[in-house]
Amino acid sequence: MPESSSAKNALLSVKNLKIEATSYPPGEPPKTVTLVEGVSFDLQKGKVLGLIGESGAGKSTIGLSALAYGRGGVRITGGQVLLDGKDILTLDKNGIRSIRGARVCYVAQSAAAAFNPAHRLGDQVIEASLRHGIMSREEAKKRALYLFQVLGLPNPESFGERYPHQVSGGQLQRAMTAMALCPNPELIVFDEPTTALDVTTQIDVLAAIKHAIEETHTAALYITHDLAVVAQISDDIMVLRHGKTVEYGTTKQVIEAPREDYTRALVSVRQTKRDEAPDQTGTQLKIEHVSAGYGNGFKVLHDVSMHLPKGQTLAIVGESGSGKSTLARVITGLLPPTEGRITFEGKELPRALKGRSTDELRRIQMIYQMADTAMNPRQTVRDIVGRPLSFYFGMHGAKKTARVKELLDQIEMGTRFLDRYPAELSGGQKQRVAIARALAAEPELILCDEPTSALDPLVAEGILNLLLKLQEETAVSYVFITHDIAIVRAIADSVAVMHRGRLVRFGPKSKVLAPPFDDYTDLLLKSVPEMEIGWLERVLATRRMESAGN
Amino acid sequence: MMESGPMTGPVPTDGTADGAHPRSADLSGVPAKPNPADAQGELGGTFWRRFIFRRPLAALILQRLGLSVGLLFAVSLMIFGGIEALPGDFATTYLGQSATPQAVENIRKDLGLDRPWSERYLSWLGGAVQGDFGTSWASKNSVGEQIAKRLGNSLFLAFFAAIVSVPLAVGLGMLAVQFRNRLPDKIINVVSLAAISLPEFFVGYLLIMFFAVKFGVATFPATVYDSMSFTERLSAIALPVATLVLVVLAHMMRMTRAAILNVMSSAYVETAELKGLGMFRIIARHAAPNAVAPVINVIALNLAYLVVGVVVVEVVFVYPGMGQYMVDAVTVRDMPVVQACGLIFAAFYIFLNMAADILAILANPRLRHPR
Repeated sequence: MPESSSAKNALLSVKNLKIEATSYPPGEPPKTVTLVEGVSFDLQKGKVLGLIGESGAGKSTIGLSALAYGRGGVRITGGQVLLDGKDILTLDKNGIRSIRGARVCYVAQSAAAAFNPAHRLGDQVIEASLRHGIMSREEAKKRALYLFQVLGLPNPESFGERYPHQVSGGQLQRAMTAMALCPNPELIVFDEPTTALDVTTQIDVLAAIKHAIEETHTAALYITHDLAVVAQISDDIMVLRHGKTVEYGTTKQVIEAPREDYTRALVSVRQTKRDEAPDQTGTQLKIEHVSAGYGNGFKVLHDVSMHLPKGQTLAIVGESGSGKSTLARVITGLLPPTEGRITFEGKELPRALKGRSTDELRRIQMIYQMADTAMNPRQTVRDIVGRPLSFYFGMHGAKKTARVKELLDQIEMGTRFLDRYPAELSGGQKQRVAIARALAAEPELILCDEPTSALDPLVAEGILNLLLKLQEETAVSYVFITHDIAIVRAIADSVAVMHRGRLVRFGPKSKVLAPPFDDYTDLLLKSVPEMEIGWLERVLATRRMESAGN
Repeated sequence: MMESGPMTGPVPTDGTADGAHPRSADLSGVPAKPNPADAQGELGGTFWRRFIFRRPLAALILQRLGLSVGLLFAVSLMIFGGIEALPGDFATTYLGQSATPQAVENIRKDLGLDRPWSERYLSWLGGAVQGDFGTSWASKNSVGEQIAKRLGNSLFLAFFAAIVSVPLAVGLGMLAVQFRNRLPDKIINVVSLAAISLPEFFVGYLLIMFFAVKFGVATFPATVYDSMSFTERLSAIALPVATLVLVVLAHMMRMTRAAILNVMSSAYVETAELKGLGMFRIIARHAAPNAVAPVINVIALNLAYLVVGVVVVEVVFVYPGMGQYMVDAVTVRDMPVVQACGLIFAAFYIFLNMAADILAILANPRLRHPR
């Protein structure tokens, strides 16, 4: 049988994996939930398998099972994980320890958290190799140096002397890859290694990882929710949903000829498209020469000016540290600007929150990236959405309940959610409740701070469509902060590009996102991964040509 | 400047805004912080602000030192003021039944109590700064000399209590983490909790009953004399040291355990686990260094207690330390002694807390190795 022969040659062979965990819903007895069921795959030596799916699809859990590890109360309850034909789930503690960090290594999503802040990077990179007796200190240091070079880290000779806080996020992610590669493992599990990075950084890390894998002939499980990323790096792709396999095939087949509806939806996400408003002369919100900063005299915003007509959407794009969230804080009054002024509906807004009247507060509302942390976990949806109703309009009793129900209808959630706690809602539902809370104040402007970036593509699509629908119904304006160019293309009327606290480019969408570009916008646009095999090579080749041309 | 003229539609800014240099590919990993030139230009300001920016560690430590000195002066003022506010005075206590107004007046004049308090405070402070605490009203001896001996005794006791309890507490804390929620952890927890829950005089008397009275292996009372040899002194203080260790152990042990457990749930400990490291190495090398700051603070608090708060233990074991000396002085309103003791206690307390603060700062790699 071809199946068994391929399994025999496979480096990693996962068979009928079942993983469970115990959950503790509030006010109910603990119950067992199945996270992963019936997942099987084979990974040959030196190949890369991409695991892709929404959060909660069980990707990380499957990845960690290759190290016989379960986070929190997660248990592997069925199936086999064969490493070179041997089931590692049956090993004892020492047997498992001899595999972890030696034959199978792990690269975490947030390298910033995964490196120990108290030790030098070099010591951490070679630690596993030394503790497993794989090489001597000198050999390990030499290998670390080689890996730092392969991964394109600056000053590879002295890089290991640094502490984690002394290098950037992109460098840490590469250092984490070096740490995983150092003991010459047979398999590396990459758990969303570029998700936390800016797009312009992601492309470098992606290229470095791909280069290092090819150079060292290591096999890899590459976990991500971004199909465009995985298309650049893997040989095979497995699409997962709710802990089950949706589709499993070669990268070419999955990207170019997906068999399942769900995969097709993933491949063709971002159907939302909207043309910009033809007339953008209005100035409901006007930001003039605003500068702002935090303590110690560090300026975060430098002389920023832009404006937004009523009922339209202004997208502010930029990487982390560009000052886009700071600008939102300045508009809300949470952070008074040091210079400049903000006019709303023809009236200058008091600089600080304290100086603003209740009505001024009501007219500008905010939606946050993490709906979880923006809601009181001890309040039900009824309380959360009802609070602005009683605060701004003095509603209570049946009238308030009726209005809350109306709002839930507007966000396309039924009244059955009325008495649920945030913990009993999915990520997308939480964000919808946050939108309902903002709407309850009947605002004229909603500041959306990356409201979809913590969500999965299909759920995010739903939220965007909802926001557009609400804009049509209520003529509310949006300032939409994002780092995702695709979202900007989909929903914006005007666009502001920010970089290191300064406005780089501002104008109607059609002009800002069309050539001629300034250097930064060009780099930003070119770094967004495209759903196309070979995109990464093409971009890198263009870059090489450009730098050779210089 | 465009004052308020309405803008005629958005104007795309062609080209790059000033100073916004796009990152080139090889620069993209540079930490996102304002570039040094910018930062300096904007910082400007005073010398101190630039110093904070360049040498954050030295600046923080200098700041702590300055604060400590200021605090000590504030405390000296409060001690003096507090004693001023105490009802009754030395003259009436000293004379007792024979306190005629004339006799009281004479003594007050002898002691200089007729001068205004601000004048007395300044002359006392001037002496104290030079190490001269005046003479005791009751014994007419130099306060400095008497205190030196008593303080030596107190520090002797505190030192041995500390070198037993601190390593023991940290070690037990780490052991408790390694066997978390298993039998050794539970035993350590219950025993240390029992020790902290019993008042120290009770623990002291229990120890005396068993070790001095029943088994006769320890000496009681724990009084030390000038003529005693070092080993005799050690055997004399065995029981008070044991009492103190039992009292301070639990607090430090539980803090160590909590601090390390807190760190154990972090992502870098998971990384260490996925490197296949052993449990002990994970705790000792990856968790402990990051749990130092809270543990140091609790240790300092307990060390301060060992010096400052041991009055009860000293009384139980008839040990001639500072605490007993101060209590005696308060009962006879011997102000110079009370003031000197109060100031020295405060100095110890402030110094230990400052040391803990500075050590916690030093333990933070972000401050030790700025970018």
